[in-house]
Amino acid sequence: MEALILTVLLTSVPLIFAASGELVAERSGVLNLGVEGMMLMGAVSAFAATSILGNPYMGILAGAVAGAMTAAVFSLFTLGLATNQVATGLALTIFGSGLSGLVGAPFVGGTVDGLPNLAIPLFADIPVIGNLLFNHDIMAYISIGFLVLVAWFLNRTRAGLVLRAVGNSHDSAHALGYRVLLVRFGAVSFGGMMAGLGGAYLPLVLTPHWSEGMTAGRGWIALALVVFASWLPSRILVGALLFGGITIMQLAGQARGWAVPSQMLSMLPYIATIIVLVLIARNRAFASVNFPACLGKIYISTK
Amino acid sequence: MNNKIIIGLIGAAVLGALYFMTSSEKTTDVAEKSNEVVKVGFVYLTTPGDHGWTYAHEVARQDVEKHFGDKVETTFVENVPEGPDSARVIRELATQGNDIIFTTSFGYMDHTIKVAKEFPNVKFEHITGYKRSPNVATGNIRFYEGRYVQGVVAGLMTKSNKIGYLASFPIPEVIQGINAFGIGLRSVNPKAEVSVIWVNSWYDPVKEADAAKVHIAEGADILAQHTDSPAMLQTAQKAGVHGFGQSSDMKAFAPKAQLFSSVNNWGPYYISKIQQMMDGKWSTGDGPDHWAGNTWVGMADDYLVLSPFENMPADVAKAAAQAAADIKSGKNKIFTGPIKDNAGKLRVPAGKTLNDGELFQTLDYYVDGISGKIPG
Repeated sequence: MEALILTVLLTSVPLIFAASGELVAERSGVLNLGVEGMMLMGAVSAFAATSILGNPYMGILAGAVAGAMTAAVFSLFTLGLATNQVATGLALTIFGSGLSGLVGAPFVGGTVDGLPNLAIPLFADIPVIGNLLFNHDIMAYISIGFLVLVAWFLNRTRAGLVLRAVGNSHDSAHALGYRVLLVRFGAVSFGGMMAGLGGAYLPLVLTPHWSEGMTAGRGWIALALVVFASWLPSRILVGALLFGGITIMQLAGQARGWAVPSQMLSMLPYIATIIVLVLIARNRAFASVNFPACLGKIYISTK
Repeated sequence: MNNKIIIGLIGAAVLGALYFMTSSEKTTDVAEKSNEVVKVGFVYLTTPGDHGWTYAHEVARQDVEKHFGDKVETTFVENVPEGPDSARVIRELATQGNDIIFTTSFGYMDHTIKVAKEFPNVKFEHITGYKRSPNVATGNIRFYEGRYVQGVVAGLMTKSNKIGYLASFPIPEVIQGINAFGIGLRSVNPKAEVSVIWVNSWYDPVKEADAAKVHIAEGADILAQHTDSPAMLQTAQKAGVHGFGQSSDMKAFAPKAQLFSSVNNWGPYYISKIQQMMDGKWSTGDGPDHWAGNTWVGMADDYLVLSPFENMPADVAKAAAQAAADIKSGKNKIFTGPIKDNAGKLRVPAGKTLNDGELFQTLDYYVDGISGKIPG
């Protein structure tokens, strides 16, 4: 049982990274559908840096930088040239998938030593919980740290308030003298960095190799998680664990020979997501209270 | 406002799906076009970067170029989805003047047949299908032979008597593999049980790794896979258990965990069919006993190659080599009775061996040694 819970926790880490980054971008009013592409760029860069430099910690850095740089391409078009965010985001996914395949071609078939586990002294010795919560690689800790940081930043800091203001009404924020495009650039770059880190977790921890398209749709799940979480960071954690938990549960169910068709079990995580979305949507106030009113809208500075 | 987002997300999903349908094309010019040059086209399901199924076909294409030199010119199109889109790609390759076209996935079957009617002078080779027409031949490898040997090794190696198996989709090829594994397992170990997890994907490294972790958590100490990524073996190595690689040699990914890989070797097939065409002897080899195609061969012809037996005691390696030798010599046909299903019912009486057609049409059960039921 403990091993199963551990699997749930680890499989959720990339989703927590990517979704909490995307949440910040969306709260600033930018819908970036290129998460999958940014994750792939993060994954290939992390793998390349680790296999060249022989140090997985450099891989983390490379993944973050690659994700942020890919997001900067998105910013250039949507913020600088005011292109449609949906179309540009999709283009970014295609671009990221293609470029990561190209960059990664020489690395296909190789493997690296992934990140080691860092047990937190004392805490890791607590029975059961110690091993589950305090004996992970550094990125697992960082993912939770970032999630707390995002929640604190959005709700407890002045800069977070400005970011939310930009997302809710860019014209008002502009009238108050805030630099809308700069705030959004920062938010999108942060989102890219987090997606890059989420992608980097695959070759550095979960499956220490590189192959094309290895994220297999996790960027899209991260996007859905943001809506699922109704734009609240704490619910990202719940959503990611729920999604991971049901995924692992259905695999374990098969291994234990539950008499349910495996195709049905495979649908479970998605059905659960849809049910929760419906439940959330029933209460309009609840669903829309954190919804960034300017999400996806193009902003052109009027000076 | 929520509506817009929902519409946006639906649009995104549709466009995302469209993206996955896009394909890219690459041509390698090995020679100037002349009358002597045979043009060969290949349609790939994914990219050679998958290090599995398509990678094996790409290796074979390179073998073709090495073998024929400037007598051939090869073209391949990668990332071609198994839907109507594939007909467009196959037609394009035929229009470009390719003399023979290999379509390398099961789902291209009907589309290959359809396009072949429009180009009676072009030869088509469909991989792993069973439909033929005057200019469409089919080729396949007896993948299950390698899985029997895997079963033997697993049965001798396991201490917990629990074997974890990752499966992709319940199609005949996969069921044959699971059952051959079970028959091999039972031939040496009366107690061990195989538990199957259907990943419902050919390729999803994270999910494959998750499924492998679940198997290990449930007590499995030997893992086998009918999915394409090396994620399962890497997970096995990390957990200190053993497993088998798929389609290509995956030793580099898990040198301490890999017992051996069953490697698909399409090169000899491609070369022989192209040679037949050059000599004017190409045929579809129609015949009643060729359910899986006119060419369905395995270890005896080196179309299926087992990588070296490693990480196992010498006596296990010896037993594995013996099992492989018996399959090669034809002494062991694997699906020879008595075969019981996992509910104890006798399915194949003693002395009878399933023929190729029956392998495709009658295996709707798990043999003794596999737990659970075939989904669907």
